[in-house]
Amino acid sequence: MKITKVEALEEIAREIRTEIIEEVYQAQSGHPGGSLSCSDILAVLYFNQMNIDPKKPGAKERDRFVLSKGHGAAALYATLTRKGYFDKELLKDFRKVESILQGHPDMKKVPGVDMSTGSLGQGLSVAVGMAIGSKLDSAGCRVYCLVGDGEIEEGQIWEAAMCASKNKLDNLCVVVDHNGLQIDGRIEEVAGLVDIKEKFESFGFYTLTVDGHNVEALIGAFDTAKHKKDMPTVIIANTIKGKGVSFMENKAEWHGKAPNEEEYHQAIEELKAR
Amino acid sequence: MKEEKIATRQSYGEILAKLGEKNREIVVLDADLSSATKTNIFAKQFPERFKNVGIAEQNLMGVAAGLATYGKIPYVSTFAAFAAGRAYDQIRSSICYPKLNVKICATHAGVTVGEDGATHQMLEDLSLMRSLPNIQVFSPSDDTQTKWLIEEISKNQEPTYVRLGRLATPIIYDKKQKFEIGKGVQHGEGTDATIFATGVTVEQSLKAQEELEKENIHVRVIDMFTIKPIDKEMIIKCAKETKKLITVEDHSIIGGLGSSVCEVLAEEYPAKVVRMGIKDRFGKSGKAEQLLKYFKIDSRAIVEKIKSIL
Repeated sequence: MKITKVEALEEIAREIRTEIIEEVYQAQSGHPGGSLSCSDILAVLYFNQMNIDPKKPGAKERDRFVLSKGHGAAALYATLTRKGYFDKELLKDFRKVESILQGHPDMKKVPGVDMSTGSLGQGLSVAVGMAIGSKLDSAGCRVYCLVGDGEIEEGQIWEAAMCASKNKLDNLCVVVDHNGLQIDGRIEEVAGLVDIKEKFESFGFYTLTVDGHNVEALIGAFDTAKHKKDMPTVIIANTIKGKGVSFMENKAEWHGKAPNEEEYHQAIEELKAR
Repeated sequence: MKEEKIATRQSYGEILAKLGEKNREIVVLDADLSSATKTNIFAKQFPERFKNVGIAEQNLMGVAAGLATYGKIPYVSTFAAFAAGRAYDQIRSSICYPKLNVKICATHAGVTVGEDGATHQMLEDLSLMRSLPNIQVFSPSDDTQTKWLIEEISKNQEPTYVRLGRLATPIIYDKKQKFEIGKGVQHGEGTDATIFATGVTVEQSLKAQEELEKENIHVRVIDMFTIKPIDKEMIIKCAKETKKLITVEDHSIIGGLGSSVCEVLAEEYPAKVVRMGIKDRFGKSGKAEQLLKYFKIDSRAIVEKIKSIL
């Protein structure tokens, strides 16, 4: 069922954010910053864009999603449970030893996870493989791949980008969660990463830049990408790391840290108030 | 052994093209080495199912993983140094961890690569690959065995690493020979010593066996083409039945066949094992035959070693 109302999608994104805080607080570990930054993107993909059925997570004709930035697991799990892939109760066991919800997504354990990820830079190649598979069968599947901006410092991303444009993968849509921060600081300072759009352009991508927290803009970009022929699309989604929780916003230190009790209550209150 | 010689990479290329006819789900990937890995035979016949990713081995493994999640059967080739070495983490995280049906067929393993020298002579791949969970590891010795193996692995869903060679070696097995994954192949019943060999060293070991027979020394040779799963029963049986045990491989003595045999025996039936192979060093340039001799993994070195320990 496709949700088209902007307010409804915004509400889903808010619910995803709340669950992220719950998961990370319960586990007392995880990655809240980069999970909160991609919540709107996931809400739009899973509730407005992708051709998927939670009752048939293995259907061959489905669209696919690769969370190349596997540390966004908390956001993906919250999205999948909201979509109905598995029981919400399981979120309580995020990162626990017997849980299917490992620190990084495991496709063998979690219904709806299309690829296991965690070691950065690898998901885009996998998405390219999926897109080629669909092309070989003329199956018409679309493949979405979410990468972090820090993640694209990995050389493999550019190997995959070259391969995607060589194979004219117009069924591939990459989203860069461009929150500008990585563990050690700003991406420009840590690694000298600048001109993301130009880099992808020179690798043969159709590029779009949007506000990654604007649901309407995201829908527009994904729809535009569908009509682009013979080349892959990258959507540079400008986001805020920690979006929605004031004290986490734009703070690299919240990349991989859990809130304490006081911070947890404040975060939940702020998300409720939205 | 027949006079006719063929490199296992050539056997691979030939059978792969035949398999491509039978099974339309097979997709072949290469990283700019298709004329050397022999995937070019498949590429010529099935251009739509062949993808050259260029000199980008990390991407090579990832694309294969993606194709496998989609239900294709990717056979992936490059040199062993760039498969097991360069793309180790991609094999680990994107293929083994999710247990994806990717068949990595890596050619140009060992010092028998020859003139290209150390950077291209992979001596640690068996060690690296067999320590990964979920993957099966093979090192076939001749044309018949390679062709059987490449077809056999297409029938299962296991992540797989196959170590292939550049050097042309004799055909050892008759077409009717039966093989089984996880089972070594025994040559002879000699009880003076067992030579465990794999890949190109099987030929050298069989030659050594013949030489030793002339001097009334009776050894058996075990072709350990299946490194993982390893044939524990065979190893223990030979340790019980023969006086001396040696392993010989065109691979580092650390982590490969020698280590595999020692691990089994240390736990199940403690026995002394002499490991022949590349002794904790890099390879070097030269002709393959010269290098087998230089690194003391040729038939003469095996004969001498056995005589020295008996």
